[in-house]
Amino acid sequence: MCLWKILVVLQCPSMGCCCKLTLMSKLQVSTFDIQIVQHTNIPVGVEMERFADEADVVIVGGGPAGLSAAIRLKQLAKEQEKELRVCLVEKASQIGAHTLSGACLEPSALNELFPDWKERGAPLNTPVTEDLFSILTEKYRIPVPMLPGLPMNNHGNYIVRLGHFVHWLGEQAEELGVEIYPGYAAAEVLFHEDGSVKGIATNDVGIAKDGSPKDVFERGMELHAKVTLFGEGCHGHLAKQLYRQFNLRENCEPQTYAIGLKELWVIDEKKWRPGRVEHSVGWPLNRNTYGGSFLYHLNEGEPLVALGFVVGLDYTNPYLSPFREFQRWKHHPFVAKTLEGGDRIAYGARALNEGGYQCLPKVTFPGGMLIGCSPGFMNVPKIKGTHTAMKSGMLAAEAIFPKVTAEDPASETAGLHIPEYEDNLKKSWIWKELYAVRNIRPSFHNYFGLYGGMVYTGVFYWILRGKEPWTLKHAGLDSAQLKPAKECTPIEYPKPDGKLSFDLLSSVALSGTNHEGDQPPHLTLKDDSIPVANNLAIYDGPEQRFCPAGVYEYVPLETGEGMRLQINAQNCVHCKTCDIKDPSQNINWVVPEGSGGPAYNGL
Amino acid sequence: MSRVLVGVKRVIDYAVKIRVKPDHSGVVTDGVKHSMNPFCEIAVEEAVKLKEKKFIKEVVAVSCGPTQVTETIRTALAMGCDRGIHVEVSGKDYEAMGPLQIAKIFAALAKKEEASLVILGKQAIDDDCNQTGQMTAALLDWPQGTFASEVTIDGEKVKVVREIDGGLETIKISMPAVLTADLRLNTPRYATLPNIMKAKKKKIANMKPADLGVDMVSRVEVLRVDEPPTRLAGVKVETVDDLVAKLKANGTI
Repeated sequence: MCLWKILVVLQCPSMGCCCKLTLMSKLQVSTFDIQIVQHTNIPVGVEMERFADEADVVIVGGGPAGLSAAIRLKQLAKEQEKELRVCLVEKASQIGAHTLSGACLEPSALNELFPDWKERGAPLNTPVTEDLFSILTEKYRIPVPMLPGLPMNNHGNYIVRLGHFVHWLGEQAEELGVEIYPGYAAAEVLFHEDGSVKGIATNDVGIAKDGSPKDVFERGMELHAKVTLFGEGCHGHLAKQLYRQFNLRENCEPQTYAIGLKELWVIDEKKWRPGRVEHSVGWPLNRNTYGGSFLYHLNEGEPLVALGFVVGLDYTNPYLSPFREFQRWKHHPFVAKTLEGGDRIAYGARALNEGGYQCLPKVTFPGGMLIGCSPGFMNVPKIKGTHTAMKSGMLAAEAIFPKVTAEDPASETAGLHIPEYEDNLKKSWIWKELYAVRNIRPSFHNYFGLYGGMVYTGVFYWILRGKEPWTLKHAGLDSAQLKPAKECTPIEYPKPDGKLSFDLLSSVALSGTNHEGDQPPHLTLKDDSIPVANNLAIYDGPEQRFCPAGVYEYVPLETGEGMRLQINAQNCVHCKTCDIKDPSQNINWVVPEGSGGPAYNGL
Repeated sequence: MSRVLVGVKRVIDYAVKIRVKPDHSGVVTDGVKHSMNPFCEIAVEEAVKLKEKKFIKEVVAVSCGPTQVTETIRTALAMGCDRGIHVEVSGKDYEAMGPLQIAKIFAALAKKEEASLVILGKQAIDDDCNQTGQMTAALLDWPQGTFASEVTIDGEKVKVVREIDGGLETIKISMPAVLTADLRLNTPRYATLPNIMKAKKKKIANMKPADLGVDMVSRVEVLRVDEPPTRLAGVKVETVDDLVAKLKANGTI
């Protein structure tokens, strides 16, 4: 029966490898030889057995949440003199290489995890000394006072290079005995007979572009655990499956997102103000498009600034290009004067959560739990999610520890179900914080857009701190917000000048992203005909504009008539924006071979 | 024959954009993604293949550098090498380390380990020297098969097909010998997770160059490192007359 299923799939050349991957997960292959028949009907005998290993806890994702959970588990094990095997898999080639954030770190969670973080050498080198907020117009800047009590006030926080911070967390975790495996992507969730999560499997390697196995083909490995933590970051691909499988989103709103693009610049020393934090809203976005900029002056030796631009993915104009908005923002006189004479040394992009409280799903299920930005604990008006992600990882560890070390865990399912994690979350400061700011982001959905939102924040948040009895709703799925192209005006973006603003391809080169060329594209289409029939026809191909890495291009067909969608999967920086914003929801991001993707250094 | 020595070098990953240090003394390496030199991966793959074909009994992976190079040795172990040797070189010695110093280390190790073959990548992608294999062979007074695109063991001899400018050259050399791997020699296998886990149990011995009687003094001093000059935009001309006029105008003809 299983053999028949595989034959059908692979003889369908337009389906590509995404179906093969999806099918594999449903088959739960473990011990038999299967013949994979290729398009040309040449049978190839392939060893399909997977090596399996057991750990107590398996963590998917080496970001702040995953690493904090791993560290907390090992700290508890040390305190209580118990043995615990904790394995962490991370798709990036090294811990921190896929990490991207502003970032102003609020040290609350870090103080709980490592009260002695300074002695341990945590790279928090830049305390915030100045906090500026502006509303920009095309030529001018209106300063807004950063009153204490406003969510963006950064007193007591540190400007960090999150990639370096995460790398340091990785070192602390390894010292405590966590087994960290960078360069290995978790591609599949494994299930027990009773439907609970059994663990994960890493992806098969050595599959050629057409889906056939190469000489170096090897099956991925299975990692089984009593409980599996999923900390894939914003819009994780395994999390998508888990939401459907366990119906985790039935009582919350669909998540809403933004895309964040970031660059690192070495600037003229005379313009350098270490510890200064600058945020702006307004130009170049119109009042109905949520977004804004950040510019942080780091203090780590050389005059380095981290700057970037965030655009809410609920934007309606398909002609909008977040990348080009970012590039033209840099030409604003207030920004240009800092950057003039400087050199751009890094670029990257990532989607982030905007939904907050209203979009929190159920986070525990038999055999596993969701931590960090995956369920989405980001405090949107504060623009911070690292402290809540870390805390969620720590709370998960504290709920898990007594269960996995118990002689008899008394669980109904083979994979442990630990609802205490969700109870702990609701009693913690994460919940209080997210509840207090829950209405700020949705308040932007009014006729006055940005200005209505700011008034709401000033009046209700600053005075009432979120105690108002109502909870506003978001606008719905981001992918459903685009208006048809014919109802919108194309935006005239200026050409990049090569000094302050740059073209897309040279930016992508700076991200260091790369993937093994001969593998099936990991940006899969559920239906090959939809991009041209729907995305291009109705929305003028918005994926050409919202992808920050130039993956999607509509090119003329070789035969002359019509266009086709070309997917340059090698450029992908794993931001997940396409999966979120595709108006047809036809693009399905699956994980490529491990260690592919960007090579961010301290981003 | 029993033992093969394979050299692996930890270099900045080929897809990363290189940045010159502000003081022009070198390139930025801190926190930058590193991986095994692609030609070294091919060398490891060839050695492991020879072991799988039962021509040799043991493959020893060797790397010279600071603590981080042990990651590269682990990858070689995960690909199938039996044990590793980490020759510790750090600080100024590591920055000044070049093909001659490595060749001296490999020559000493080849004698110490009684290796029948030393297989190296043809060159490293960071310095592009293409000298270490050749120097090692000279120091040992061993034959060399460089730019190998095919290696066949035939009793006590090795047949090597070499990639040269004019095409392919086939030579037969006696062992012990030094081989350097070129691109088309093989396709390296993946270091899969189960193998990485098993590799943690394989031994990596530590030693210093002094233990091998090698002094790391370099006779080369790097004065300055600069980015290549930015390419200026070209000018398109419509006719040959325009071309001649432009060339005359800027003094070329």
